[in-house]
Amino acid sequence: MSGSSVLYDVPGPRAKARNLILGVLAGAGLLGLLWYVYRSLADANQFTAAMWDPFQYKVAQEKILTGLLDTLKAFATAAVLSLILGALLAAGRLSDHKPVRTVCTAIVQFFRAMPLLIMIFALYQSLFTTSPFWGLVIGLALYNGAVQAEIIRSGINAVPRGQGEAAFALGLRKTQVMGTVLVPQAVRSMLPAIIGQLVVTLKDTSLGFVITYPELLYVGKLIAGTTATPDGYPYIPVTIIIGAIYITLCLLLTALAKWIEGRSRRGANRRTPAAA
Amino acid sequence: MGRLFENGNLELFRDGFLQTVELSALSALFALLLGTLLAAFRVSPVPVLRVFGTVWVNTFRNTPLTVLFFAVVFGLPRLGVHFDNFTFAVIALSAYTGSFVCEVLRSGINTVQVGQAEAARSLGMTFSQTLTQVVLPQAARTVLGPMSSVFIALPRNSAIAGAFSVSELYHFQQTMTDLGYGIFLIFFWVALAYLFLSACVALIFRFLETRLAVAR
Amino acid sequence: MRTRRTIAAAMSVLALTAVAACGKEAPVAADNAVKLPTYTVKTDAKVEGSKTFDEAKKRGKLVIGAKADQPYLGFENTATGAREGFDIEIAKMIAADLGFAPDKIEFKTINSANRETSLIGGQIDYYVGTYTINDTRKQKVSFAGPYYIAGQDLLVLKDKAEFTGPESVKGKKVCSATGSTSVKKIEEFDPVKPVTQYDTYAQCVDKLLTNEVDAVTTDDAILKGFAAKNAGKLKVVGKTFSKEPYGVGLAKEDTAFQTAVAAALKAHEDNGDWKKAYDATLGLSGAAAPEIPALTN
Repeated sequence: MSGSSVLYDVPGPRAKARNLILGVLAGAGLLGLLWYVYRSLADANQFTAAMWDPFQYKVAQEKILTGLLDTLKAFATAAVLSLILGALLAAGRLSDHKPVRTVCTAIVQFFRAMPLLIMIFALYQSLFTTSPFWGLVIGLALYNGAVQAEIIRSGINAVPRGQGEAAFALGLRKTQVMGTVLVPQAVRSMLPAIIGQLVVTLKDTSLGFVITYPELLYVGKLIAGTTATPDGYPYIPVTIIIGAIYITLCLLLTALAKWIEGRSRRGANRRTPAAA
Repeated sequence: MGRLFENGNLELFRDGFLQTVELSALSALFALLLGTLLAAFRVSPVPVLRVFGTVWVNTFRNTPLTVLFFAVVFGLPRLGVHFDNFTFAVIALSAYTGSFVCEVLRSGINTVQVGQAEAARSLGMTFSQTLTQVVLPQAARTVLGPMSSVFIALPRNSAIAGAFSVSELYHFQQTMTDLGYGIFLIFFWVALAYLFLSACVALIFRFLETRLAVAR
Repeated sequence: MRTRRTIAAAMSVLALTAVAACGKEAPVAADNAVKLPTYTVKTDAKVEGSKTFDEAKKRGKLVIGAKADQPYLGFENTATGAREGFDIEIAKMIAADLGFAPDKIEFKTINSANRETSLIGGQIDYYVGTYTINDTRKQKVSFAGPYYIAGQDLLVLKDKAEFTGPESVKGKKVCSATGSTSVKKIEEFDPVKPVTQYDTYAQCVDKLLTNEVDAVTTDDAILKGFAAKNAGKLKVVGKTFSKEPYGVGLAKEDTAFQTAVAAALKAHEDNGDWKKAYDATLGLSGAAAPEIPALTN
């Protein structure tokens, strides 16, 4: 609100009336659209009992629950690995040795440009043939690690130069300066961006379906594909349910990010939006 | 095994590459339009529009793109919307990327100095004039950095369309694997194509940065 | 302290989900009109010199790769949790002769793209799931079979009389699985290009039921299953235009195991189990059982 109010005057009576009319019109239009969506779906028999039937059975529910747990398991492992990798690559990109810098830069640029789907599929086909879990996790860790490295690096660069200089003046070695002075401050200031990228990591676990890792989406597709109803397969109910679960999970993570941001807001808190 | 680019596979690769380019370019265009519109909604004086913008952005930013593809490819036809799979892919990608564009723009709008908008208003400009002629052009400069990462992500994300019946590069990778070619060989070429694409996007943004820097 | 609170919050969310999962048991297989055969488990089964067999024995169970999304063929019932279908029956027959009772079998869902890798990696002991025997694959894995000769065919809405064979797809919209050989084959008959492709056939069948594609094409065995599942709405055209000999996928170079599996197939084909299994599964589509092929591998 504080940002937006700059763009227009405090509305007078006429503007108020105009905004009200606009609001009502837009609202009516949106409600109409929602109603249309609902009616069309209902007409296509998407809300019949048969469509939602699979979800009331224990086996299906357990499948969704295990899918959720498998999603969280892949996410947690990939998140930890990507943060470690991100820290290492960030340190490498700030190294004093040119070869190290070049190699780390190349790694970061390469994995940032590669589609995860392609990475995961290639990893599974070549190195992790026996374990879709590790194929997915390593793919996620490589890509997100590269992005986290950029976030951490910009965080380190944003720490006032005096901090590093003071640490060096105390006789600390470069590793010590990095590990005890710069990185902790960088991580703190970049925490919202880091968690923002973790949300991306969480969402991307859904790509595990290409290598049959039994995460949420895979389970959802399986349930939909094995339930023939008189009106086709329940892809819409499944999408609604699985989508809602993902949105809830991501919002929880985002809420965590906001909360941390609120607690640690001090000085210039730079924020880089996570890459899509 | 054997050589990869035999039996017309080179044509498949070329077509896949062009599809990826086309898909990314179209989606980028629509995402930019949609994102700008959503950003305008989110800072507008009409509460309904603000709420709509917020709900849209929060929904689409927090849904995995794959789930969104499912919703579009299997949901829209039941709403009476029938397109080919390429169009569906453009819709899904633009809706998703648009919400990221919106967030980038909105934070950009917030960085434009208050005085600029105040000056515009004191000249008698309306909300839309203030936004499009004064604030957004200035915001564009500050958002170039974050915007470039959104658009570098776009060709990458477009790979998901390959799982939904668009014959782009991921689809090429799958077909070649199914035909039994070595995965390293396939990956090498596909990776090369994506590196080229992301380099191109990065170059475009570097060019824009220099252009806008001159204008300042 | 704070992290603990976060963890507590996360745990309570999980607990809630767990509590919510208290659904009812599904009615067990009411639509299986014809009774499935049962197989006598050999108690003294032994395969000399087979690494695969020894490992399975040590493990105490057999791990079999299968499909999960092909009704009446390789299917996992998400209401009951049971595995059903013709391929599953074939897998069980072999298991019985190897000395593994149904409760000593673990089915693992492996899709087409990952079959070779999971066999080579030893993730599964053998694979039964519309696995066509061909020379490219024989370089990486070995086969026992064929146990069924499938052929590419078309699945269409029941009232579509204009589909008589592959030539009828000219100018029509056809759907198949991503990157599969069925796509290449059907493209020779000039359908609308590009051919619609998804990673599961159920997605194609859904598009067929909503009239967005005119035909689904792949092996007739798979199509028969979908026709049986959507009884009264879909039919298989019945004019195959390729030859897909299905085999049981095995790790390469375990010839002892291969011989044992082939012997098991032969035994159950001869004693009538094969036919019974077909009638209780794919036969429900109305298509008569094809001839049992002679084993070549």
